[in-house]
Amino acid sequence: MTDALEVSGLRKTFGEVVAVDEVSFSAAPGRTVGLLGGNGAGKTTTISMLLGLLTPTAGSVQVLGHDLATDRYAVLPRMNFSSPYVDLPHRLTVAQNLLVYAELYGEPDPRERVRELADRLQFTELLDRATGKLSAGQKTRVSLAKALINRPEVLLLDEPTASLDPDTGDWVRRYLEDYRERTSATILLASHNMGEVERLCDDVLMMRRGRVVDRGSPAELLARYGRQTLEDVFLDIARERRSGDRLEPVS
Amino acid sequence: MPIRRPQSRPQTGPLASARRVAAMVRRYWYLIRGSWPRIAELAYWPTIQMILWGLISQFFTTHSHWLADAAGVLIAGVLLWDILFRGQIGFSICFLEELWSRNLGHLFVSPLRPWELVASLMTMSLIRTAIGAGVASVIAIGLYAFSLFDLGPPLVAFFVALMLMGWGMGMVIVAMVLRYGLGAESLAWVALFAFAPISCVYYPVATLPESVQWLAWSTPSAYVFEGMRAVMVDGVFRWDLLAGALALDAVYVAIGAAVFAWAFAAARRDGRLLQTGE
Repeated sequence: MTDALEVSGLRKTFGEVVAVDEVSFSAAPGRTVGLLGGNGAGKTTTISMLLGLLTPTAGSVQVLGHDLATDRYAVLPRMNFSSPYVDLPHRLTVAQNLLVYAELYGEPDPRERVRELADRLQFTELLDRATGKLSAGQKTRVSLAKALINRPEVLLLDEPTASLDPDTGDWVRRYLEDYRERTSATILLASHNMGEVERLCDDVLMMRRGRVVDRGSPAELLARYGRQTLEDVFLDIARERRSGDRLEPVS
Repeated sequence: MPIRRPQSRPQTGPLASARRVAAMVRRYWYLIRGSWPRIAELAYWPTIQMILWGLISQFFTTHSHWLADAAGVLIAGVLLWDILFRGQIGFSICFLEELWSRNLGHLFVSPLRPWELVASLMTMSLIRTAIGAGVASVIAIGLYAFSLFDLGPPLVAFFVALMLMGWGMGMVIVAMVLRYGLGAESLAWVALFAFAPISCVYYPVATLPESVQWLAWSTPSAYVFEGMRAVMVDGVFRWDLLAGALALDAVYVAIGAAVFAWAFAAARRDGRLLQTGE
């Protein structure tokens, strides 16, 4: 079976700064892959390249069998994303924003799709409210609805629960688990939240200074570092500890 | 297991493009519709300009044979200049809305093509100009008994030529904002005024010093305003002037499209599509 995501030798430089270096990985359909790393580790830059918003300096990205560099528009209708770095227009109502995106993605019945998502994500009462007047938790639900408007087969989420209270964060995680269960979508999740990654991800890529320095399932990583939580693994990696050795990038 | 998706509408071809352009026009229309100050703003400045120049015109018609023979030439000038200005700013402002709301990232991971965004900006600029200049033109009939619509079919030609120039300039301004960020946004308001003296809105090109007349003849707008005076003063429609305006429009639009394409590619290279906004 073709991998939903196939990334090979991805590199991005901004002048002298190497933001992402030799990142390679693949994700089978239905898998959730976590990108874990501190600030400036290269997670958002990697996701931007996977979306085609940022041109790689080198390397290739295949999404659902299409080369993003040459065949981007064939695959964009089948993927979507959510990120704290982008917003929906504040002055439009929630319904207006979602309707515009439902039309852009060619949904057969845009109004019905918006109603269905509002119902599933429990924000029907917000549909006529200006998007700029929503709370952080409400915005996250609406942002998630936009990311799901086209029933994406590949979903890229950049810190989907950042700045949410534990209850709302847990609700979002449960929804994502349910979505993957129902649709077999492939999810790439960049996060600082170790608990979230441990709970949602089948595979984890640990990033540091633009490079993948370790990878494996959460259980494998815990065993390899002899730790109880991914947070401890994260700290070991951030401080370059692994059984006393310095970390080297892995391919 | 593949995702069970309802049959979505086609993603390629003219119909799909038209649907996405319509979705973007709808997005900008929601913005205008939801705010009465935005609607008022569309007509406010053209109306004020028209009133001011109408009064100046009334004063000068009693002191100038030339103006007395062609009553309304100043009002027509200001209304046509406003069509050019609205055409450009209507295009640029809609794009700035996307930057202000940090929405570009969402748009460019959707199936929307860059040229479809440009087409929607053109459509919105047409709608905004029609509202703004239309209201001012109707008020001019009531206040000064001057109807821009009396120009007849040449008005359509002037309108098309000015809108095309506005779009060409709008694309260059949007490209500058994409390239240099929101620090360049004031270009949207001021850039066109550099063209005002050489567009010869209120005076013939021959009024300019001979050494700079070539500059005037390199703007489509100068051809339009000369053509307007030919219709209003001499009663003739100058096809040669229209041809000159449209030929230059083609150059302006081509340059605008090329600069926009370059700026878009540079924005993708430098990561400015995701991290935009204040």
